[in-house]
Amino acid sequence: MDNVIEVQHLSKSFGNHEVLRDIDFSVNKGEVVCIIGSSGSGKSTLLRCINLLEKPSGGQIIYHGENILDEKHDIHAYRTKLGMVFQQFNLFNNHNVLNNCIVGQVKVLKRSKEDAEKIALKYLKVVGMDHYVNAQPKQLSGGQKQRVAIARALSMEPDVMLFDEPTSALDPEMVGEVLKVMKELAGTGLTMLVVTHEMEFAKEVADRVVFMDKGVIAEEGTPEQIFNNPREERTKTFLKRTLS
Amino acid sequence: MSLEYIISMITNNWPMFLRGAGMTLLISIIGTIFGAVIGLLAGVIRTIPTPERKLKRALLKIVNLILSVYIEFFRGTPMIVQAMVIFYGSALAFGVDMDRTLAAIFIVSINTGAYMAEIVRGGVISIDKGQFESAQAIGMNHVQTMWNVVLPQVIRNILPATGNQFIINIKDTSVLNVIGVTELYFQTKTVAGISFKYFEPFFIACILYFVMTFTVTLILRYIERKLDGPENYSMIGQPPPQLMLPKNAKID
Ligand SMILES: Nc1ncnc2c1ncn2[C@@H]1O[C@H](COP(=O)(O)OP(=O)(O)OP(=O)(O)O)[C@@H](O)[C@H]1O
Ligand SMILES: [Mg+2]
Repeated sequence: MDNVIEVQHLSKSFGNHEVLRDIDFSVNKGEVVCIIGSSGSGKSTLLRCINLLEKPSGGQIIYHGENILDEKHDIHAYRTKLGMVFQQFNLFNNHNVLNNCIVGQVKVLKRSKEDAEKIALKYLKVVGMDHYVNAQPKQLSGGQKQRVAIARALSMEPDVMLFDEPTSALDPEMVGEVLKVMKELAGTGLTMLVVTHEMEFAKEVADRVVFMDKGVIAEEGTPEQIFNNPREERTKTFLKRTLS
Repeated sequence: MSLEYIISMITNNWPMFLRGAGMTLLISIIGTIFGAVIGLLAGVIRTIPTPERKLKRALLKIVNLILSVYIEFFRGTPMIVQAMVIFYGSALAFGVDMDRTLAAIFIVSINTGAYMAEIVRGGVISIDKGQFESAQAIGMNHVQTMWNVVLPQVIRNILPATGNQFIINIKDTSVLNVIGVTELYFQTKTVAGISFKYFEPFFIACILYFVMTFTVTLILRYIERKLDGPENYSMIGQPPPQLMLPKNAKID
């Protein structure tokens, strides 16, 4: 199978605090991988290392056969291939909904404004926010903001989408609308790497589940295997705690 | 008696006052604009994250040091003294007098720049880290991030401080009379010298200064409201696709 991203022996320390240790894993084309694990286990840090918002302390990140941690690698071009969705939405506060989805396309991908507008509208429609093109971020609800953030990332037409707990900052009644969009996206064959606390979502949508504990990948497998027959003791403990 | 005298003083000397007020406005407008540009540049340079490469890092350190010296020096000395040093110093060094108006604009600009650099730096620091991260995650480099995402927000946030600086400049150009710039205070002094009256001409100057500063306040409030955009947005219903594009969809 084609893998989009392969992480080898990745490690990350903040000062002398080792947060990630010898992480090996890959995301294959068209696959939905969910990362679960308790708070502080390093899930966000892993995602942020993958798109280089954090500089890994060691190891390799292989993208299309090249180690993107090489000095000479163009990290800006690489980042356009990864769509990132943050827990806190992080919409550009100085742009309206449409321009949030256009500015990266025009300024970074150098698409024409007309093309960018068409593409932005296409993805705003996918997330059900095409009626709000004129709205400013501060005028939207959390769920709406997150859906625009997803459309913004999709508008760059990335190879893989990274989600870092996209529903954790939302009021409960808005979680559903965002998960629904993500399920639809998963159904279209989009490659997705999702850090989540939504176990139902992982069970239903993931092709593969990765369980992280204290900076290492403790166990990975299909959702059935992880949720129904976990091999590791710490996976069992974690699941017992979160599912009860 | 006094009111009549003031009116007659205005009717007799209005060209002097007007020219003085005009010069004051000219110096403070250009000085504030140049100063804001200097401040933006300096503030942005001072917030560049430490580069990975050694050479770049060393270069940035030197530039930052120079900027710090500039900022601390001009914030730490009175403008009236700077005016004397620069004007007479340049005369001593080059043997020619600088054009007084140019000297005035130069002094106000670099002073404003020193203050604005700190205001801009504070403005950049106050922008949520998530704004930088989402811009970077989309592939923007530092300049693109600053230009398209951060600076527009910074400029909106520092507008009140810039207006404040503008008002300070209108008032503080009065100290430039020491190098013979024909701004409002200098002109008022001249009128007083001719008429041997002090209260009336300075009372007129007082009113003129206030009219200028208050007008600036009102204009800036108006601009702030404009920049904040409409309170509401219009929902786009089911019109044909080309109508769906908002009129203000400019991103340049
Ligand atoms: N910038 C940083 N500086 C220092 N320590 C950090 C930094 N970012 C994260 N850490 C530490 O790294 C560890 C892992 O954090 P991380 O955010 O990756 O956990 P997480 O699995 O995403 O947790 P959560 O489920 O709460 O989001 C934590 O102990 C955290 O304190
Ligand atoms: Mg996290």
